[in-house]
Amino acid sequence: MICENTIQLYSLRSIGIGEKLLPKSDITLCDQFVLIGSGIIWNIYFCIIALSLGFIFAISTAIIRNNKYPFVSKAVEIYVFVFRGSPLFIQFFCAYELFVLLPKMGIDINLIFTTVTFQTSWLTKAWLGAVIILFLNTTAYSSEIFYGALKSIPKQDIDAANAFGLSNLRKYRKIIVPTMLRNSWASYTNEAIFLFHATTLVFFSSFPAWRQSGDALYYASYFADKTFNPFIPYPIIAAYFISITLLIILIFQIINVYFNKHLPRERKSSIRFLSNYIR
Amino acid sequence: MKKILLSALLLGFIYSPVNADTVRMGTEGAYPPYNFINDNGEIDGFERDLGDELCDRAGLDCEWVQNDWDSIIPNLVSGNYDTIIAGMSITDERDEVIDFTQDYLPPDPSAYITTGDGNKAAYIGVVAAQTSTIQASHVAESGAILVEFATPDETISALRNGEVEAVMADKAFLAPIVAESNGDFKFIGKDVFIGGGVGMGIRESDSDLKDTFNAAIDSMKEDGSLNDLIKKWFGEDASIY
Amino acid sequence: MFEFCSDPSILSTFDWFSCYLTNGKHIQFYKSFGLIILLLVLTAPLALMLGLAAAVAIKSNFFLLRLISKTYANIVRGIPDIIFFLFIPITIDQLIEFTRHKIKCPEIIDSVWQGNDFIVCSAAKLPLSSSPQWIHDMYGFSLAILSFTIVYGAFAANTFHGAMNSVPRSQIDTGKAFGMNKKQIYFSIIFPQMWRYALPGLSNLWMLLIKSTPLLFLLGIQDIVFWARELGGSKTSIFQYPHPDWRVWYFLSLLVFYLLLTKISEIALNRVSKKFYLPI
Repeated sequence: MICENTIQLYSLRSIGIGEKLLPKSDITLCDQFVLIGSGIIWNIYFCIIALSLGFIFAISTAIIRNNKYPFVSKAVEIYVFVFRGSPLFIQFFCAYELFVLLPKMGIDINLIFTTVTFQTSWLTKAWLGAVIILFLNTTAYSSEIFYGALKSIPKQDIDAANAFGLSNLRKYRKIIVPTMLRNSWASYTNEAIFLFHATTLVFFSSFPAWRQSGDALYYASYFADKTFNPFIPYPIIAAYFISITLLIILIFQIINVYFNKHLPRERKSSIRFLSNYIR
Repeated sequence: MKKILLSALLLGFIYSPVNADTVRMGTEGAYPPYNFINDNGEIDGFERDLGDELCDRAGLDCEWVQNDWDSIIPNLVSGNYDTIIAGMSITDERDEVIDFTQDYLPPDPSAYITTGDGNKAAYIGVVAAQTSTIQASHVAESGAILVEFATPDETISALRNGEVEAVMADKAFLAPIVAESNGDFKFIGKDVFIGGGVGMGIRESDSDLKDTFNAAIDSMKEDGSLNDLIKKWFGEDASIY
Repeated sequence: MFEFCSDPSILSTFDWFSCYLTNGKHIQFYKSFGLIILLLVLTAPLALMLGLAAAVAIKSNFFLLRLISKTYANIVRGIPDIIFFLFIPITIDQLIEFTRHKIKCPEIIDSVWQGNDFIVCSAAKLPLSSSPQWIHDMYGFSLAILSFTIVYGAFAANTFHGAMNSVPRSQIDTGKAFGMNKKQIYFSIIFPQMWRYALPGLSNLWMLLIKSTPLLFLLGIQDIVFWARELGGSKTSIFQYPHPDWRVWYFLSLLVFYLLLTKISEIALNRVSKKFYLPI
């Protein structure tokens, strides 16, 4: 198999498993493909955690924002404004510098069978601190998208739900949230893609790379600096990102089909072979 | 109107005044006392004084350029400036890529520091260093856990916050920080001598420039002015020639 | 800047801060905000023009032109823009110097890539090593503007393509019935009506552009992020104004700057939208 040795040494290097030192000289094409590919693990990790948590919280904040108490909806509006109005790059820097100033403390969290000590120094690590910022950021953007869709749900649907005597929870679960998601799915796909692309910024802001384990772009720029040739690592990482972006679009398209199942679809005309000549 | 401006810009690029003796000196600007950006926004430090003096002696016109540490060698190679004078130690790995003049600073010890109440053996724990420095390679090879940061300031903040247990850097950089920290930091472990002294980095194709600077450094070593400069910036008990 | 600033160690807190915030380094920090505004002001019209040209090219009759412009418009959806910003300046720089090398020094037959060095004859370097620093700075900045233009031109091309498709078909059919040729249809019918549909996408694009300006830092330009990091780091007494780690305050000030910029843009763009949606 091609690159077998390199895959054994470096394919999980970005999470710390494998050869300790990165290749410094005689860098082969195999090295670049495998190491950049291993870095993608971080990007996927950031994307999945931030997106899944962000999705749930975005729906909640969109619904909260819709209520009649100005204090609560204003608070959510301010949160959304701060995280949508400033660049993610600056948010990373601010967050890291804030976390780095926290005094060294351990907070004991009592899970039932064990006690976990949450160290404040964990917040400055990329696997936690960056995820928190990405989560807050994507919640803000998605919340705005969902809120717009929520506002545009036709009033007659809600009136019909009320007329049927549906309880609040059922109304939200069966009518409002599905409609809201269906209307905003195209924009949300866009937001998911932007989030995935934005995960490359983590290791370029203040978050350090422990044991030289970083994401795909961290390794790509490492190779570009070491080999003085940007024409190999950057197209490699571009290819990885294009393929995963297409995968994300595919997944979201499948979910879109699921959302639109109840709507009338164009009937596919069945293939009629030579119908004029066969009787 | 727009066309005139645009063509003026292009002409400005192509027909800039030619002064064949201008040498561009690249430095990092974030590593006191070697080089730093002073409060007036100018590059200052031991290497600023040294570079100006060398250019004087060599009869060259020198322009100072600031460049981040990570891209300092790639940008030398692609020609953004002509020399690297940034506390860069002479190592075999770097010698493969660029050329060095003779050293203008004897090998400076690298030291570990930790917090005032930190463990004395922290140097085999989690250690911070700046990316692509000799200290970073040393930590990575020594078996300790290496955490790399883009600038030396950030290594110190990380130590303060508890993100890392120790920092490894040149002793001359760490000494004023420890001295002014009111007991927050202390030195641990033994000093390590890595690298072959600090030299000026020059492109491999620029051997004339290298010879010019070598001659100038020789003359400074002979008349003792280099030693005076070292004592001025690094203290009376710094190692001299 | 003030006369009492000559010896900062004896000043009271308020005086110390007024001297500190007006020292030479801080003045450079304040000037770098102007760089951001300059980047925005220069990139936006260039990106719009490039996007418009690409959108027209997507509808052209030549297959190759259509293919290239479609690829160009869609490639930014698949690749993070930061990769473009890291890749394009080096590529364009090497391309220009290589061309100048071939033109100005035809007698040198060695390859430009010698080992690791990219060697061109000294007359072919751009900018020349003897040029003053401001020309080097301006050149670096122009490469940054070029990268931003290429990336945001692609986004704009997508927006314009969608907007051109939203112009009601009947309008174009009427134009054809009148016997207008393609150029006339574009200039008299499509372009004037397209702006209405393009405006939401373009305002979104402007917001995206504002939020990607900190990436100038990664292009090696001394922009606001560089100065915030440099000024905020803890300083020993080798400096005139020693202080502990103040980076969080500097970055918060950058955050506030961007929030202000976003708010002002939002208000301005809302006004423009309101004007457009008046009954035609």
